[in-house]
Amino acid sequence: MNRAMSGITGKRKRPADALLYLVIGLFTAAVFAMTMYFAGYIFVKGCAGITFALLTTAPNPIIRTIGILPAIINTAYIILLTLVFAVPIGVGGAVYINEYANKRKLIRVIEFTTETLSGIPSIIFGVFGYVFFCVFLNLKVSLIAGALTLTIMVLPTIIRTAQEALKAVPLSYREGAAGLGASKWYMIRTILLPNASSGIITAVILSVGRIVGESAALLLVAGGSAMYLPKGSFFEQIKNSGSTLAVELYRYAYSRGENEVGFAIAALLLIIVIGLNLSVKLIGKRLKGGAK
Amino acid sequence: MTKIVTENLHLHYGENHALRGINLNILTNKITALIGPSGCGKSTYLKTLNRMNDNVPNVKISGQVLLDSEDIYGGTVDVTKLRKKVGMVFQSPNPFPMSIYDNAAYGLRIHGVKKRLLIDEIVERSLRGAAIWDEVKDRLKTPALALSGGQQQRLCIARTLAVSPEVILMDEPTSALDPISTMKIEELMSELTKQYTVVIVTHNMQQAARISDYTAFFLLGEMIEYDETNRIFAAPKNPRTENYITGRFG
Repeated sequence: MNRAMSGITGKRKRPADALLYLVIGLFTAAVFAMTMYFAGYIFVKGCAGITFALLTTAPNPIIRTIGILPAIINTAYIILLTLVFAVPIGVGGAVYINEYANKRKLIRVIEFTTETLSGIPSIIFGVFGYVFFCVFLNLKVSLIAGALTLTIMVLPTIIRTAQEALKAVPLSYREGAAGLGASKWYMIRTILLPNASSGIITAVILSVGRIVGESAALLLVAGGSAMYLPKGSFFEQIKNSGSTLAVELYRYAYSRGENEVGFAIAALLLIIVIGLNLSVKLIGKRLKGGAK
Repeated sequence: MTKIVTENLHLHYGENHALRGINLNILTNKITALIGPSGCGKSTYLKTLNRMNDNVPNVKISGQVLLDSEDIYGGTVDVTKLRKKVGMVFQSPNPFPMSIYDNAAYGLRIHGVKKRLLIDEIVERSLRGAAIWDEVKDRLKTPALALSGGQQQRLCIARTLAVSPEVILMDEPTSALDPISTMKIEELMSELTKQYTVVIVTHNMQQAARISDYTAFFLLGEMIEYDETNRIFAAPKNPRTENYITGRFG
């Protein structure tokens, strides 16, 4: 036995290891390069097309100008409405599953259902939404029908994320509150929900990402055009049809051949999604820091 | 005077017969220590006194626990009111992730106290009662989780005192603390008996001997022996008690 073998010095280089590192490094570089190229391409082609006029006007076929303000407003409406429906239901459902449901089987069925729902292609939600909300509930093709369809789509994400957040609240807090005589609901209000808020906010932001990016389902249930600025009261506005940015992107890029506008919208969506992801990270960090 | 009477108390966790016919009286304004090896049922017994076992799945309780001659498992008992009377301090300090002030005020708010001045007054009184006021009076609005372990545990005691309990249950309150914090809490406990009845579960027999007036020895779900602490440690009647306190097992 030589000295290098018996001591702790004399690091031996293994060729197989070196090769593996090289391959992993190349893959990493490839993924990074592809992402950067993709994002960079869209930004370069898109940002030039983002003009003040584009963002602040409606399309005018007579003087042949294009504007996406109606689509921006529709997107905002759909985000707002979807969250108004989905957050209370989703968080309430998570609280129920975690804190009240004591039938293991029921919990498993709910969890299985929510997981399955999150894996279904969005067009299926679109078809269902059209049949159920637009036709059966007679909401017609409208922003409200779009929001309700998206509610079903984002619910699984919200429920599961909120559930994880609730599970992460230490048992000792619950015990402490119960030991002082707090009712379950009081404990949920004052301890559980405030402590799970970071997870719930994450769920909301992830959902907004999904809402912003959805096109196929919305094309069916909310409408495929954003030509006019909404008119009338809030309720009249949400009963009208209208397309969101992602749907407009599809239309401009595909059926109208307006590629510059398509890229401009793509860049805008990309900015929104990146912004959302950054805010998730920021909130996570802030709340982690706050807990210490 | 007897504060709590336990009569033939049985508790099952599913198949596990965790308490086997406990008969024990807890005396008013005294410290009663519950000792015994792990799994002997002492913590389980402690938790039956404010019904903290209620939410454990498959738990079955029979027998009687009388607090001031009222059956706490009776049909008309309000658990919230029971726990206001019988407070609890847990093994590891568990202040809520909020300010020191809000921790101390938490119980008051549960029980519907809304007047700002009254809450201020009770918070101060409770923090003084738990011997932590001087350390935190200048930073009541800072997070409780920034306190040291020993301070956190005294805050938890203050939180319990704030709702003016009559009985305080302590489940190994110093087992997660260093010796100096332990000493402070032990000093505090003897102070507490002026107003409160204290029941403490402890693994530390020196602690039981130092601070308690009465001691009950638990083994395998049974209460083997109960007597004045001096007598239990000086002249136990049951050989199993003697084996345990002399360190032959456990």
